[in-house]
Amino acid sequence: MSEAFTHDLIVIGAGPAGMSAAITAASIGMKTALLDEQPRAGGQIYRNVSEVGPKIGALLGQDYLHGRPLVDKLSRSAAEVRHGVLVWDVNRDLAITAMQEGRSFQLRAPQLIAATGALERASPIPGWTLPGVMNAGAAQIALKSSASIPAGPIVLAGGGPLLLLVACQLLDAGATIAGIVETAPRANRWAAIRHLPAALGAPSYLVKGLKMVRRLRAAGIPWFTQATELVIEGRECAQALRFHSAGRECRLEAGIVLLHHGVIPNTQLSRLLRTEHVWDTKQLAWAPRVDGWGQTSLSGFRIAGDGASIAGALAAENSGAIAAIGAAFALGHLDSVERDQRSSAARRDLARQLSIRPFLDTLYRPPEWINKPADATVVCRCEEVTAGRVREMARLGCQGPNQTKFLSRCGMGPCQGRICGGVVTQVLAEALGKPPAEIGSYRIRAPLKPIPMESLAALSHTQFKGNNP
Amino acid sequence: MFKAIDTGKQRKVITLRVEGHDVCAYEGDTLAIALLNADVVVFRRTPVSGQSRAPLCLMGICFDCLVEVDGRQNVQACMLEVQPGMQVCLQKGARRPEEVA
Repeated sequence: MSEAFTHDLIVIGAGPAGMSAAITAASIGMKTALLDEQPRAGGQIYRNVSEVGPKIGALLGQDYLHGRPLVDKLSRSAAEVRHGVLVWDVNRDLAITAMQEGRSFQLRAPQLIAATGALERASPIPGWTLPGVMNAGAAQIALKSSASIPAGPIVLAGGGPLLLLVACQLLDAGATIAGIVETAPRANRWAAIRHLPAALGAPSYLVKGLKMVRRLRAAGIPWFTQATELVIEGRECAQALRFHSAGRECRLEAGIVLLHHGVIPNTQLSRLLRTEHVWDTKQLAWAPRVDGWGQTSLSGFRIAGDGASIAGALAAENSGAIAAIGAAFALGHLDSVERDQRSSAARRDLARQLSIRPFLDTLYRPPEWINKPADATVVCRCEEVTAGRVREMARLGCQGPNQTKFLSRCGMGPCQGRICGGVVTQVLAEALGKPPAEIGSYRIRAPLKPIPMESLAALSHTQFKGNNP
Repeated sequence: MFKAIDTGKQRKVITLRVEGHDVCAYEGDTLAIALLNADVVVFRRTPVSGQSRAPLCLMGICFDCLVEVDGRQNVQACMLEVQPGMQVCLQKGARRPEEVA
């Protein structure tokens, strides 16, 4: 590809961070492109928000409908928005290769903001590969995008605000909930109390949480806490969840088991670009290192929203605007006074949104055992590699996830380690007696998702550069 | 597995073919949701051991919803909107080698 830039700024992902970044950048006069994989703007959190009718909108609530004015603003902005676009490679000179309708093309800008959001943490328990076992977020996506709900009894297991929110929404939508099985250890509550005063800086989160608990309790849903030893029963599909709670063994029959242990940053793009990452010991996940303007260790490459650190949709909206302002300053569209003025409101609001995080991160810290699966449990779903096999390779001398990948194909399937990456790092950390930060993560290479060879044909007229070594 | 609830809006119904059977879906649904609504329990069998699988994430991450659509194999059903007349086959194991024209 030529050295010329096609845009001033390219934003990847049209969730709250990406939409806000594109709107802000376009308002400053930057030539901005927003690339998104979905057919409509909103990301997963505001998925389909521009299309849902009043009935489903009311069911999903005000926090969801907050996304609608953002989508409207984006459609009125000067930003060039392209949907159905899969970004499958980014070079360290920030040249982007993407595919739309089966054809690949390249774009390049001196500033790039990745707003690729979060994904749900893996919950590798026995039986989690069975049909009928889904992430709790998946059930919410079905409701948002298609007004679809599970037809039979549901069990929700795990912990976190999303688990309770999905339970409430499914209940309001008419689904049958056979039980809620919380896995957070008792110690979390005591540890979280310390962070309660700071959490009062964003009291609306606490009020919403208490309302959800009250709603679910009032519905008389069987509720279990501090559950351990979760096993999903079934041969061809999920039939029941078995677990221990309050000193006894319990069993709930359900064809749909929704698992949730919080969300973690989606770091595929920042890993591809070999930027610095840190192991977040509170959120138990990798996070790319960014400064106050979303700038990573690679000049011009910024990350906004949950892709940098999990903080929720409202925080993502603020950090998207801040990253765009940082990009505008870097390109000389703003001086430092204008930069600080324009970002001050977003920064104040961001600080308020972040005040709840220490409380939530502590209260819903996943139980230790979720990252210590039994030997027989599959961790890599694509290649069906068990935790025991990963441990065996550690005993044989493997020092990190790239060696276990090389020897066992663990993390080499089509999902490219998105699901198992965090688990494998933690299993190896335990087996080798080292902190996760020293174990490292999968080395990510292009293409970020499998693409058909024929999609490359369209690129043949442009000079194609290879990716990072 | 799943069912559509009343949205208070009229939704257009289209027909696709799944394993040779007619299946109704709502326009704008992803193929994964259409299959879940049509009580398809097992979306595919894995190449490694033949295990049954169905969607985990519905957001393009897990690759457990792979199906064959109009002759194209390993298509993420959660990332594709249904089209009238779409021909869907459920995958049984590894990808078949394709004939070279």
